[in-house]
Amino acid sequence: MEFSAPVLNYTLLSPMLILLGGALIGVLVEAFMSKALRPITQLSVTLGSLVLALFQVWKIRNEQSTGAAMGSVVIDGPAVLLQASILIISIISVFLIADTEQFTALAASLPGSEEERHALQTGNQVTEVYPLTLFAVAGMLLFPVSNDLITLFVALEMLSLPLYLMAGLSRRRRLASQESALKYFLLGAFSSAFFLFGAAFLYGYSASITFAGIRNAVVGGGGNDVFLLIGIAFLSVGLLFKVGAVPFHAWSPDVYQGAPTPVTAFMAAATKVAAFGAMLRIYYTSFANAQWSWTPMLTIIAIITMVFGSLVAIAQRDVKRMLAYSSIAHAGFLLTGVIALNKPGLEASIFYLFAYGVATVGGFAIVTLVRDSAGEVTDLNRWKGLGKRSPWVATAFAGFLLSFAGIPLTSGFIGKFSIFSAAYESGAKSVVIAGVLSSVIAAFFYIRVIVLMFFTDPVEDGTGVEIPSSLTSITVIFSIIVTIALGVYPAPVLNFISTLATFIR
Amino acid sequence: MDAANYLYLSVLLFTIGAVGVVVRRNAIVVFMCIELMLNAANLAFVTFSRINGDLNGQVVAFFTMVVAACEVVVGLAIIVTIYRSRRSASVDDASLLKR
Repeated sequence: MEFSAPVLNYTLLSPMLILLGGALIGVLVEAFMSKALRPITQLSVTLGSLVLALFQVWKIRNEQSTGAAMGSVVIDGPAVLLQASILIISIISVFLIADTEQFTALAASLPGSEEERHALQTGNQVTEVYPLTLFAVAGMLLFPVSNDLITLFVALEMLSLPLYLMAGLSRRRRLASQESALKYFLLGAFSSAFFLFGAAFLYGYSASITFAGIRNAVVGGGGNDVFLLIGIAFLSVGLLFKVGAVPFHAWSPDVYQGAPTPVTAFMAAATKVAAFGAMLRIYYTSFANAQWSWTPMLTIIAIITMVFGSLVAIAQRDVKRMLAYSSIAHAGFLLTGVIALNKPGLEASIFYLFAYGVATVGGFAIVTLVRDSAGEVTDLNRWKGLGKRSPWVATAFAGFLLSFAGIPLTSGFIGKFSIFSAAYESGAKSVVIAGVLSSVIAAFFYIRVIVLMFFTDPVEDGTGVEIPSSLTSITVIFSIIVTIALGVYPAPVLNFISTLATFIR
Repeated sequence: MDAANYLYLSVLLFTIGAVGVVVRRNAIVVFMCIELMLNAANLAFVTFSRINGDLNGQVVAFFTMVVAACEVVVGLAIIVTIYRSRRSASVDDASLLKR
């Protein structure tokens, strides 16, 4: 029997390979390097591989190929844009993760035990969060470029498994953090089982595991439509869980609150880009001709998600939970772009994902700064008068909130405007109306926080703003510049996205 | 025997797993139910592979097994950590985060 070696195009795969290589080096560093050198080495390896990967993505920006890994991976314009967004978001998140204050010194120790205290006193801080981050980012890069069901499933798990662990690494409130890891894990594994079951039925429908094969089966018709419906429905459950759409959102407020804030920032921003990237690819290519079967379902989910996220966010007293519900509402807005199913919808979604991701990381970066002696203060009541105590930090946070609310001159406005107009163009009017209405509701609670920060007298309870480390400042400054720049002068970015944003099949 | 019967079995196993996840309270049992769902999906893949006369489905089954094994490693690590912290693996006891 003849075996032919697979042909791999290493240039096109290099962003992912670099990250995996960096992650493996990180594992070795963790095992062999002395505790004094470990944090700085890990940070350099992580940032180095992310920057190198971003550089490689830039180099392959004009490539179009489905043959990067024997048809399993497709590199095209949207792939490059999504990968670049994920990498930029990851780099600014790693600046936050570099704050080891946030992470437990020894994840394996019991909370409050002698062992934990000893590790903390001797400065024996484990830094496994860096390699975990790199593995997760590699999975995120692979997720939106997958071109068959195996790769899609493996990438989904590759990005999820490290995130489950990272959620449990918080130094303070460790029990809550471990609890959030458990919740995230059990619900995440539950949803991937649905995902896999859906994939099985899509395979049964089309006799092919490639997206192109599924597409051909859908276009050709004649298959068993029941299999197709079960397949699309169950696969969507897995994807909608990852983006946190209602009714698959139950994990997100708890995990956002329990996980260490830098991890929350990373997870909230980068996972969303990866999951929506995969969703856009599979709906725009494979399922495009079965639009009749999924548009009604997604329309209802999008509307419920937007309205529910915006309404429940009003009642939140915890800033991380509020941002979690706001991210649920944003998942609804982003689903509008999937429903649009036209080129403007794709462009708008990619722009929205990038703008939202950067603003989210910036927002959580601010949350890491507001502290008292026991750690971060996330209770909104204690944020009163923050604008009087530290005007710059409060102003930056207000900027991110205004962007989430979609106020003109911020990136959020351009994102929302373009995504809604794309959906309107494609005739999905009900979603657009629900979207605009829930934007108004959402604006209410964002602005309420701004009022709380600037027009309420501060309470003296020891809440203060940490002097940001230089890395955190870079994150905040970069995010606010991007948020404003994309709002004031988005044309170059929109044009760049427009020239690249076409899926190849 | 008709290959469709295996599909019915797979759907049945998947349903048992899904119901188990929802009604059982012990994290380990919940996790076992999730594994049952993954294996039900595997059975569906292999059955479809047989029906369609295409080997890819069986390849997927192997990948699923590997991924499920990784999931066990991560999952048990998390469950054991929780158990050591609070001497209970019940999903209901884990309720520090407000609803």
